[in-house]
Amino acid sequence: MSRNARINTLLLVLVAALAVLPLALGLGDHKEEPFAGADAEAETAITEIDPDYEPWFSPLYEPPSGEIESALFALQAAIGAGVLAYYFGLRRGRRQGEARALTRVRVRSEADPGPGDGAGAAAADAGAGAAGAGAGAAAADGGSDGGAGGTAGRDAVGEPAAARDGDGGPATSRAGDGTAAGVRAGADADAGGSGEAASRRRD
Amino acid sequence: MHIAEGFLPPAHAVAWGVASAPFVVHGARSLIREVREHPESTLLLGASGAFTFVLSALKLPSVTGSCSHPTGTGLGAILFRPPVMAVLGTITLLFQALLLAHGGLTTLGANVFSMAIAGPWAGYGVYRLLRRYDVPLMVAVFFGAFVADLATYCVTSVQLALAFPDPVSGFPGALGKFGSIFAVTQIPLAVSEGLLTVLVMRMLVQSSKGELTRLGVLVTSAAGRKTGDSAGAVAR
Repeated sequence: MSRNARINTLLLVLVAALAVLPLALGLGDHKEEPFAGADAEAETAITEIDPDYEPWFSPLYEPPSGEIESALFALQAAIGAGVLAYYFGLRRGRRQGEARALTRVRVRSEADPGPGDGAGAAAADAGAGAAGAGAGAAAADGGSDGGAGGTAGRDAVGEPAAARDGDGGPATSRAGDGTAAGVRAGADADAGGSGEAASRRRD
Repeated sequence: MHIAEGFLPPAHAVAWGVASAPFVVHGARSLIREVREHPESTLLLGASGAFTFVLSALKLPSVTGSCSHPTGTGLGAILFRPPVMAVLGTITLLFQALLLAHGGLTTLGANVFSMAIAGPWAGYGVYRLLRRYDVPLMVAVFFGAFVADLATYCVTSVQLALAFPDPVSGFPGALGKFGSIFAVTQIPLAVSEGLLTVLVMRMLVQSSKGELTRLGVLVTSAAGRKTGDSAGAVAR
């Protein structure tokens, strides 16, 4: 387990301990109704202070039984947990996609083909630049959703075609810069998904 | 902290409603602006609301022998500033008032004021203060969430003591009574909420650096590296 995971586990164990200890130590034993809700206790306190007080409004809908009520509470927690899990899952997926795209870019730029395949190399480099541009734009944007990066990347994918059409020289040099900047930007930006999308199109 | 339906005299119910309404309207405006200017933050906004949903459904036992629940509003207040939480907290409270008979429509104004306004602002204030004095991020997050949680329940106690002063000892006596029910019960739960908020913030630092930087939570990449150690300190 990494240090990070250990700390996270420790946090969860502490929270669990805080919840279990009052139960294990029997801290509710002195009460008529151990571990009742504080909200209900407040209602009791109100009727103690002011015995004549009558609630003047009743809930529009009341769960007909404790089972239904606990089901609705579980539903509330499930909705919340589901959204949180979606968020972190999506983020993790994007990061992995970004990492894969960057590896592919590096592998390609290292395996530089001979002069016979010059146009192809230019195209590959331009494509890498496009991926980099995608990441770079997202980084400038705060790197948040990668939406902007995705668009920029897609626009830039048009360049490889131009490079193949004989405009190889300038495209290569521009793309070369793009790759370097892109790899650096990609390293701290969150534009994984878009970067990968761009490189897939290139394939 | 949910004051049950019909358990605040009409004058108090209306007064708290009037006090809360401008915060919620202002919050709705800043929420819409945030989504319009930064559509990419919609997802994180949803996650902040979801955190409140989960935590306010978790009823945990406490040292006083009764149960209560955290509020989960500290995280969103730290990320998006408190006005946004006025809306997200109100949504949570409405869900519980309408479906769970937990809280109520007549007491919604008072409950919104404690959970969605006072709590987030108090927590955010503490977080900003600690950050200004260069307290490590995760320590500030812990205390921000802790205070947001505890302040909510203190405000509820004040609201009830104002509505139901003790016939003998008056407001202070009633405050002591409601405070011992709500605030004391809440202390360990506020610690739990602080720890859980730190956990989620650590995961966010790992997964959403760009977003946290834009929101001003992370200042440089060096701050991100510092967080690991400080979280360890909190955990210990």
